[in-house]
Amino acid sequence: MPTVTTVVIGAGHCGLAMSRCLADRSIDHVVLERGEVANSWRTERWDSLRLLTPNWLTRLPGYSYSGDDPDGYLSAPEVVRLIDDYATVTDAPVRTSTTVTSVQQSDGGYLVHTDQGSWQARSVVLASGACNLAHVPAVQEAVPAGIIMLNPMTYRTPDRLPDGGVLVVGASSSGIQIADEVHRSGRPVTLAVGEHVRMPRVYRDRDILWWMEASGLLDERIEEMPDIVRARSLPSMQLVGSPDRATIDLNVLTGMGVTLVGRLAAIRDGQAQFSGSLLNVCALADLKLGRLLDTIDAWASHAGLNGGAAPERFAPTELPASPPLTLDLRNGQIHTIIWATGFRPDLSWLDVPVLNRKGQVIHDRGVTRSAGLYLIGMPFLRRRKSSLIDGAGPDAQELTAHLAGHLDAPA
Amino acid sequence: MTATDTPIDNGVNVEALLGVRDALPETPDMAQFQWRATCSWVKGTHSRSDVNTFYGFGGEQEHKSTFSYDADHPLAFAAEDHGSTPVEYVLVALGSCLTAGVASVAQQRQIQLRSVHATIEAEMDLHGILGADPDVRNGFSGIKVTYKIDADATPDEIKALVAQSQKRSAVFDIVANPTNIAVEVN
Repeated sequence: MPTVTTVVIGAGHCGLAMSRCLADRSIDHVVLERGEVANSWRTERWDSLRLLTPNWLTRLPGYSYSGDDPDGYLSAPEVVRLIDDYATVTDAPVRTSTTVTSVQQSDGGYLVHTDQGSWQARSVVLASGACNLAHVPAVQEAVPAGIIMLNPMTYRTPDRLPDGGVLVVGASSSGIQIADEVHRSGRPVTLAVGEHVRMPRVYRDRDILWWMEASGLLDERIEEMPDIVRARSLPSMQLVGSPDRATIDLNVLTGMGVTLVGRLAAIRDGQAQFSGSLLNVCALADLKLGRLLDTIDAWASHAGLNGGAAPERFAPTELPASPPLTLDLRNGQIHTIIWATGFRPDLSWLDVPVLNRKGQVIHDRGVTRSAGLYLIGMPFLRRRKSSLIDGAGPDAQELTAHLAGHLDAPA
Repeated sequence: MTATDTPIDNGVNVEALLGVRDALPETPDMAQFQWRATCSWVKGTHSRSDVNTFYGFGGEQEHKSTFSYDADHPLAFAAEDHGSTPVEYVLVALGSCLTAGVASVAQQRQIQLRSVHATIEAEMDLHGILGADPDVRNGFSGIKVTYKIDADATPDEIKALVAQSQKRSAVFDIVANPTNIAVEVN
């Protein structure tokens, strides 16, 4: 059986950043990839999706954007090319078409079984991603027959949907983008809205992520957060990476004619029932956006950035006095339901006792309690930007330092 | 919020609550609760409900004493008005749950409260419960809660307190979302 010091599982941007950092320390390793490099960007993205972060923020260890559109957003094929190129220039030891079937503790290290043979390693880095499975709530079982159900991994383009109404469940990044383009295609959208993070694409003439990066918000560390569970379970920002730098928030969608309803709470006798909490989740999001802009303005003022566009505050989310509480799924009005209700990692092959009762890896900033087993690429793993491409580098550097310390420690 | 030398004290032991939350991942069964009440018919639309025991923290629990509640309907309903109507108890439950939440969140956020006052109003069309119009529901057509809060905080911080309280409120969730109800006869 081949032995290697470190096995990295997953050749996306995190696995490759990790590989680059391991190589910098001359730690021999392989990167195992079930498909091709950047597999999920090749196979699990809808057609129009662009990266939510601007090109200048698309950085990896030893790589930064050098093209002529620093403020643009890469399309999915462009992201594939970027990650592919990164694998090539870093000369990452990637084994493609190699699916990990199990990881077990063995002989002070780990036994990694794949469909292409097994590896014995002293350490393993889980870099297979936070978004392997579309999470769909159990209420889907009550959807009447005949309604087509999709999720952001199976949805491609509005043209492939039947004509007629569409219920989009979830108003985070995926949900608002899909609601926007589906409604524009002439299929009237009802959008079920739970907790969400409202965000303008551009604020005071700059990308909102520029402000968050410059003011230090993206670099905030998990240990500074008063509530780790809350920080890590925050919904994705309501952002879209479109060439015209458009903002899509609930007011924009309402203006287009999208019907907003509360969180989908139940389906009974073919009737979808929505929560009466819509006013409050919108109030929470409006207040949270206000606090973010207060922070940004205070930072700008402190940093002497008072030129350019003046501070502004956005209109509160507009809602009808009595948003609908039910929607008949049997009267032919709704033909499609798109579940934009989040993603989960798939670690069904991990046979190491580091999972909590919900099947999530227990870890301290990516370091598991099983010595030599590491995790990267999860929301707020070590810092707010851990889920962004730009967060992979610093996380990988710190985890590699920890991993090197583990290798140096007496067995 | 304002810096002050006096410790913020809204009378909520947030440390104890957070201690429970921190202990839950190790002992999730501790979080499984059952709340109970009994209700006995007195006469007419008058009933008396008692609350005493509940299950939680891994065992049987008891209130300091048994609490009793009379429910009835007003004279205008040709009843004897021995107590609040059941729907008014729902308003009491919602208001007290949200207000407990305001105090707890304020404590956690180090905001000193001086006074908190809520008015809870619910609209209802009697056509529903009287069976006079099948298109009208029995329950409220809407609920409005209005808070007046005096605290060491900005208006937006106070709004955020109230919003967070709704987000974490059991009764808000119970009223805003469907719940399966099984009613059996033994």
